[in-house]
Amino acid sequence: MKRLFPILSVVTAVLLAYALYLALVVAPTDAQQGDVYRIIYYHVPSAWTAFLLFLINFVSSIVYLIRRNPKADMLALVCAEVGVVFCTVVLVTGPIWARPVWGIWWAPGDIRLTSTLVMWLIYVSYLVLRRFSTSAQTQILAAALAVFGALDVPLVYFSIWFFRTQHPQPVIGGGGSMDPRMLHVLLINWLAFLCFAFLVCWSRFRLELLHREVEEAHAMQSLAGDGVGARASVPLSRSQK
Amino acid sequence: MNSLWTLTLATLKKDIRLEWRSKDALNSMLFFSLLVVVIFAFAFDPLAEESRHIAGGLIWVAFLFAAVVALNQTWARELRNQVLDAYRVSPAPANALFLAKALGNFLFVSVLEALMTPLFVVFYNLHVLGPAWQLIPIAILGTWALVVNGTFFAAMSLRTRSREIMLPLLLFPISIPAVLGMVAGTTAVLTGDNPAHFYIVLLLTYDVVFTTACLGLFETILHAE
Repeated sequence: MKRLFPILSVVTAVLLAYALYLALVVAPTDAQQGDVYRIIYYHVPSAWTAFLLFLINFVSSIVYLIRRNPKADMLALVCAEVGVVFCTVVLVTGPIWARPVWGIWWAPGDIRLTSTLVMWLIYVSYLVLRRFSTSAQTQILAAALAVFGALDVPLVYFSIWFFRTQHPQPVIGGGGSMDPRMLHVLLINWLAFLCFAFLVCWSRFRLELLHREVEEAHAMQSLAGDGVGARASVPLSRSQK
Repeated sequence: MNSLWTLTLATLKKDIRLEWRSKDALNSMLFFSLLVVVIFAFAFDPLAEESRHIAGGLIWVAFLFAAVVALNQTWARELRNQVLDAYRVSPAPANALFLAKALGNFLFVSVLEALMTPLFVVFYNLHVLGPAWQLIPIAILGTWALVVNGTFFAAMSLRTRSREIMLPLLLFPISIPAVLGMVAGTTAVLTGDNPAHFYIVLLLTYDVVFTTACLGLFETILHAE
């Protein structure tokens, strides 16, 4: 596993560079929007990645509520953190594109914009809860909130669905038409983003694992008292290999 | 099932009696929402026609903020003398406690709304153009949507640092679809421009989904140690 990490890092770096080249040079210019549209290669893959991470957060929260497996909780935390970052990228790149194309930065009544924003708010509140909660019960509370958040997302979508939507139709499966070459570039970009997200999640997961081991070792140390403290810190060395 | 309702009613009666004697939650909510109404009236100073469009938003924002004041006090009472710990070790179903608390909050916020709505009508010169009876289901479903999740999140934020700040941070993002339903529904009735049925259905769906979720997860939250 340890050797796989640098290999995957190199693969991701190469893939990201190749995807950037494809997005900026190879992909054809849009007939109506010109070069502005190229932001789609960051916007859409980030959105898909964020949604996928939030989905993993939901599933692992449920697994945690049923099984009380600490790894499931860690996975939920990691996915929420990285998902919020990708969701932020979506919310920042969206207005940058919307300003020249729609003439406005933000369309308040639009279904996808608003529901993405609300989703971002929900997961930020999830991270705030994890930060503010006292250590022992954080996992359960956070898992419950994740379930509430995931239940809320379809309702948000449904509630705004009533208004006319301004966002372009989804590029896949939404009846929108897209040049196959553009789609190809988009999918390669998504693959690169997925690899990147996976890499970040992985290292964050390892960090969280170490963090919890250190906490546990500290707890053991204070339980054992100072005299035997040196022996209690043995689990630390395992993770430092 | 029978014992669930007996226990719910017992806890509810206790809460109502406590509230009747102290009037802590009601007084603070009433004064708070009165302040919000007055400040909004100064800030916007609307004409009758404009106020019809913004009153739905103002009224529900005032009630939302005021409800948070009451919700924060819901569980604080049970922390004194380790009442909540006693409840945890008792064989009573956790959902009875939750239902009693949620119903109690629903009652207090409803009283607040009944007292404050005439004031809103006076301050903003409101005159309803749509079918006014539709405001009743919107108010009932909307209030339940706020208090059911509010009661749940208040129980959750008991275990956090600075819990008074934590409650709105957790409650508001989740409540956005409900707030949208209440505000848009009320505005639809006040202006009479479009039908409010969609919003009533939306609030009903929200209530059913989250009441189920709260009842399903409350025991886990109560016993989270």
